[in-house]
Formats: sequence, structure tokens, C-alpha cells
Amino acid sequence: MLNYTLRRLLMVIPTLLILVIFAFYLMRLAPGGPFTSERPLPPAVMANVLERYGMDEPLYVQLWTYIKNIICCFDFGPSFAQKDRTVNDVIAQGFPVTLTYGFWSAVFVLALGVPLGIIAALRHNGFWDYTMTGLAIFSQIFPNFVLAPLLVLLFTLSWGLLPGGGWNGGQWQYIVMPAIALGTSYMASVARLTRGSMLEVLGSPYIRTARAKGLPERTIILRHALKPALLPTLTYMGPVFVYMITGSVFVDVFFSTGGIGQDFIDGAYSRDYSILLGLAILYAVLTFALTLAVDLLYAWIDPKVRAGLS
Amino acid sequence: MKRRSFLAAALATTCLTTPAIAADIPDGVTLAEEQTFTYRTLDEFSSFDPQVVEDVDGSNVVRDLFEGLYNQDADGNLVPGVALNHEASDDNLTYTFTLRDNAKWSDGTPVTANDFVYAWQRAVDPELASPYAWYMELMSIENGASIIAGDMEPTALGVSAPDDTTLVVQLSQPLPYFTKMVTHATTFPAPKWAIEEHGAQWTRPENMVSNGAYVLTAHVPKERSVRSRNEMYWDNENTVLDTVTTFVIGDEAQGLTRWRAGEVDMTDIPAGQYPALAEEFPDEAFALPRLCNYYFNFNLTSGPEAFKDVRVRQALAMAVDREVIVDRVLQGGQFPAFSFTPAATAGFETPDVDMAGMTQAERDAKAKELLTEAGYGEGGEELSFTYLYNTSEAHQQVAIVATQMWKQKLGVDVTLENQEWKVFLETRGAQNYDMARGAWCGDYNEASTFLDLLTTESGYNDAKFSNARVDELMAEAKSSKDPQPLYTEVEQIVAAEMPVIPIYHYSTNIMLSDSIQGWPINNVEQNWYAKDLYRVAD
Repeated sequence: MLNYTLRRLLMVIPTLLILVIFAFYLMRLAPGGPFTSERPLPPAVMANVLERYGMDEPLYVQLWTYIKNIICCFDFGPSFAQKDRTVNDVIAQGFPVTLTYGFWSAVFVLALGVPLGIIAALRHNGFWDYTMTGLAIFSQIFPNFVLAPLLVLLFTLSWGLLPGGGWNGGQWQYIVMPAIALGTSYMASVARLTRGSMLEVLGSPYIRTARAKGLPERTIILRHALKPALLPTLTYMGPVFVYMITGSVFVDVFFSTGGIGQDFIDGAYSRDYSILLGLAILYAVLTFALTLAVDLLYAWIDPKVRAGLS
Repeated sequence: MKRRSFLAAALATTCLTTPAIAADIPDGVTLAEEQTFTYRTLDEFSSFDPQVVEDVDGSNVVRDLFEGLYNQDADGNLVPGVALNHEASDDNLTYTFTLRDNAKWSDGTPVTANDFVYAWQRAVDPELASPYAWYMELMSIENGASIIAGDMEPTALGVSAPDDTTLVVQLSQPLPYFTKMVTHATTFPAPKWAIEEHGAQWTRPENMVSNGAYVLTAHVPKERSVRSRNEMYWDNENTVLDTVTTFVIGDEAQGLTRWRAGEVDMTDIPAGQYPALAEEFPDEAFALPRLCNYYFNFNLTSGPEAFKDVRVRQALAMAVDREVIVDRVLQGGQFPAFSFTPAATAGFETPDVDMAGMTQAERDAKAKELLTEAGYGEGGEELSFTYLYNTSEAHQQVAIVATQMWKQKLGVDVTLENQEWKVFLETRGAQNYDMARGAWCGDYNEASTFLDLLTTESGYNDAKFSNARVDELMAEAKSSKDPQPLYTEVEQIVAAEMPVIPIYHYSTNIMLSDSIQGWPINNVEQNWYAKDLYRVAD
């Protein structure tokens, strides 16, 4: 198990390197640069600006300097668009924001999605099944760009209960709507996944055996059926969780949270290369970490997988 | 022998009689207990460093945090800032500013002429590499260009401080509008000691030292910034608003929603919604003239052969019904344009051009005639080209309407192409287009900020229009005492040659809560100072 974890961790290094090189060159394929503007800079001014950011060097030199600075000093370079700040500043400020509402959104997804799925499976083809499935499908067809304005219309304009946006240091009133808007469609997916796999597990021979032994239904569901039934949900939630904590572009822009989701899109538009690279690396590292965590959880939940690893 | 300029004389008297230009509160107005103002900005600011900031929203904040030589009043006229007055030499190459002796930085240090010298040298210093270094070049400050090019040391810049309250500026050529340019953020003073101590982090609220009516007290990038009254400001007793807060709200519609919810006092009006909002909130929806124009560029070098014929350019220009674009499509109080320079520009009289005096029916008839004469349209060669614009709903609507007019009236076939902003800029800048959208906002309130674009050497002349007479007139205008006749002639040449089709002149559409008073609605540059605003009780 330890061996497996170490092997996985070692694989991160070459993968990240490939990612950085690929992203570095790919971004520069797009026409225009960080200093292209409606008011083209006079050549002498442009030369000074490029020199200041080391962009007068050949690309491979820039790439090498970039990688070197990360390894030596954990320095991801300056932002081109927010001139007073570095990529580290931008991520240090924006990531905690998306992490916070992403985390609560994930809690919302699991706390609501899993029970809904289980209830639907237990009442298979009954009233509750249809109600839950209906609710799930309804939430899934509600994309966040429809849901978010609706939430604001109700909670802010009509009832005056919640502020229409902002972050204000992460007070709960500012987290509710972003978390719900971000999570609702995932919640629906989780409910449907849980229902499906629960039904499958409930129909399997070992559950029948458990029932034949006369175990109480509660024990059968909670001790024997739930754990394996959650595996597909877990697989699904790994990458989704990464997506949630790095923020959705739409939610960040719409609710003006100041999270890093917005930087992805702003960085692309303004050709803020260093921000984009920094975020790509953050995203990659989180994806690695979360998929590894999911794999290890698998091993913990499923004895078959555990046996395979060792 | 030096002569005291009219402006200086006027300012000198102003200073003697009234202490300052600050919030002008009429009698009988009850002020609100909490003097706050909150408004929406679209994006995070580029910087709070006066020499580095490049965006309009950032400049609005910097104008409150720092005070330059002169400020603008509600009509855009110059009023004393740190400088009380100035004198210009006879050849208009040397300007001597007299600074007030009671101006202080927020840490209590007096503001001296040396703070300006440091700031101006900093602006052109290749080491800072400010993208706005070009502004100093535009101001024609002696040796500015050579310093930017790295051929001279920043200390060689034509600006000096013989004593603490005297600033002497040396220009390389006379510039009639020079004093108007010192209200711009790039020219604001900078605190050398704070910058040297904190480096690039000097603009953080905890490190920043500033000399304006406000100090930066909080900044959460992409979310909010808060500025509070600067107790050290020389005119602090006349400042009314205590705090000014900005919220970054990327979505325009959401900005409006939060305005309706009372979370912000001011926000932009989303395109096309002005008429409805003006009806719903007659006292709070504003359409104010703005120093920007909107035009179509003909590619005169590598564009279609037909564009080389002035009759074709004239025909296309005439067939665009600007009233329809302004009143039916944009609906935001914009102004149909037949001149390149907006009518709102100070001291500029819109010249008479033939097209402006005709009815649209007459223009349409004339357009058909011209196009046929040139051998295109009905019975002639088919005219088709591509119109390029940057991706945006408003630009798309203008493009569809204009090209539809050409199709119906002249039988011209236009393909629309839109590109993402930076791709668009590259394509247009490299003249890889037939016809492309153009727009320009004035850097200062004088016609040359627009007309210089049409000179051969201008880096912003995307049409690649080149006319020796225009170049000559614009060069002459630089040192002329009364440049208006020169500008009139340039506009007439442009109307005759039609290298670009002026479509409309902009307006600013904002929702401003009626509890906020003192807004400079007549200032076409929309340079506002929070110290001039106040909140009235509901």
C-alpha cells in the first residue's frame, strides 16, 4: 500500500513537467500577448516591458527560468494583468475562497444526494422513488446559469434574505447561494448514481444471504450495502470535488466571490500566461491528490481492491 | 520675460477668494448620517500605483488616493490641486508650477516638488517599465523618449525642483493642451521612501502612503476595495464622504440587480436597457456624453481594390443610417456621428460637412449614384468584402444593422467575422482585414487626441490613411494659439476622403442612486473625485 502510494507520487513529477511544457507552448500559440492593447505600445516602451518580464528571451530560456524559479523558490512569476501582484498572491487570495464555498457545496451535494439516492432505491418503483428521481432530473436540467439568477431573484430581490454577491471575508450569508448554485446539478447526479448502484447491490447474492440469515434491515443497509454502493459515487466525486474547490467560472463571476475560477477566464482573455500556468499546475496537483485519495479510499472500502494493491 | 497665463491668473484669484473646490452642498440639504458611497467596477484594477495604472476604473481610485498638480471641476475645467498656479515661458517650452506648502502625505510628510520629479522620472524609467510611459512621451517632456529608449538616464528628464514649492517642466515642443494633461494619474506624485521600503508591495493598504483626499484601507482583489478619508489631506475639512467602496461585479446584469437591492449606489446600465430604466427610474438613470467615438476602418493598403475609390467609401458611409443605429439598436443616448471628433470635446466646433446636412433619403440616393459611378452595384461589378469586429453583442448588432443597410440599399455583400479581443487587435494591427471596427477614447479633452490618429505616423491609424495636408495641419496645431480652424480643415478632408466611417459618439450610461449628489455629469471625461460627492438623507 505504501509502495503503491509512493509510486503514484513519483509519477506526478514527470506528468507535471509534461503539462507545464505543453501548456507553456500552447498558450503562446494564441495570437496576441499580455501587452497587446487597443493602444499599441510604442516599440521602445514595449521593449522595456518585455525585458522587465524576461519575455525578450527565446521561449525555451523563458521556460527554463520559469521551471527553475518554481523549483528553487516556489516562485510562479508575476501577474501581467494585476501588475502589483504575483501569481502566488493571486492564488493565495483566491483559492481559499473557492475552497470554502466548493467544500460547502460538496457537503451539500453529498448530504442531500446520497440520502435521496438511498431512499429512492429502498422504495424502488414506489412513490418516493418517483418523487426523488423526478427531483433529481429536475435539478440536473437546471444549469447554474439559470439557477443562480433565480436564487438571487428570490433570496435577494424578493425576500431580502441574502446579499446578491460578494464575499466579505467568507461570512455564511455569502456562501449559501454560490454553494447551492455550484452543487445542485452534481447533487442530482450523485442521487441518481447512488440509487443505481444501491439497487444493484441490494440485488446481489450476499445481501440475499444476509437477509436469509435474518439480519435486521437496518444492519443490512448500513453495514453491508451502503459501503459498496458508494463506490461509483466516490469515483465520480473525486474529479468533481477538484472542479468545485477550484471554482466555477460562472459562479465566481456571477457572485463576485473573488475566487480563482474567474482567473481562469480572465487569464485566458488577457493572455496572463503566468496566471494560467500557475492555475493549470494547481489544478493538476489537486487532481492528482484527489484521485490518489479516491483510490486509497477504494482500497479501504473494498477488500478486493486492497488485495490487488498488495 | 515670462508671462502669466490666463489660467494661472484665474487660478491665482480663485485661490485667494475661495479656499478649495470641494463638495458643493446647497443650503437646505440634509446630509445622511453615514457618508458612504459604494459602486461597481467590471474588473479587478490593473494597479494602484499612479505610474503603472492603465485602466479607467483603476485611475478613478488612484485619482482619490493621490492628488496631482491640477484637478478638474464638475465641468472638467482645471482647478488647483497640489499646484496653485503656473507660468509659461514665451516660447511655451517651460512651465513653472507653484505648489501649495500645506499639502501632506498620509504619513504627515509634506508634499514637495521633488515628489513630482521622482514620480515623473519613475514613469519613464525602463526599470519600472510602465506601459504608460508613452503618456510622458505624449506630454513632450524633454528627453522623455530618449530615456524610455534607454539612451539617457531618468535624471535627464526635463523636470526639476529648484525648491520645495516650485516645479519646472521643460518641453521638447510647445503643447497648447499641456496643462490639461497633468490631471492624469501618470503625473501624480509618488512617495519615494515608501516605494523604496516596500518595493512592488508598496500599494498594499498596510504599506501605502498617499497624498489624495482618501487613503486605501482595504483591498481584496477581485472582490472589493475600500478607501477612507485621509486625515492629513490639506482640504480634509471640506471632504464629506467618509468611505468609498468598490465591488468587482463581472456580470452587468448582476450589477444592476445589486443596484436594485441597494447594495451598490452606482453601476453601468447593460446595453439596450437604458430606455426602460430611464422610465422606471427617471432621476437615477443617466446617459452622459463621453469622449469616445465609434467608426469603421477601411483597409486602404491591403484591402479590396474597390476601397481605393473614394466614391465607394463615400457611398458606404452615406448608406449607414446612424439614427437607426443610435435610436433603435443602442438606445443609450449616443450621438450620430459625421465627424471623427466628438462634439462634446472642449473647444471643438463640429465642422459643416455635406453629409450631415442631408436627409437620410438624400444620402441613400447619393450613395447609389456614387457607387454606380464607381462601377459597382446595380449593373456594375459586385462589391463584397468582410467586416471584422471583436466578439460582443453590441458590436454584432451594429454590424448586422449596418451591413443589412448596405445590402438593401446598395446590393453590397458583406460577410461578418468576429474575433476574440486580442486576436482582433493583432489582425487589425497587421492590416489583415477588409473593413474593421474602430473606437477611440480621448486621453485628454482636446480634439488632437482624436485627430492625431489619422496622421500618417500614428501607431493607431489602422486604416493606414496618409494625407500630407492632414499631417501638416496636425503638426501646425501643436503650436498654434487657435487650432480650431486647423481641426475644421482636417475634419473636412476626412469627410471628403472618408478613410474611416464615423458612426456614433459614445455616451456613458449609469444608474446612480439619487442619494448620491455632486456627480460631475457635465464632465465629458467622467473624471470624478469622491471628495466632491456627498450622500443626502433619504
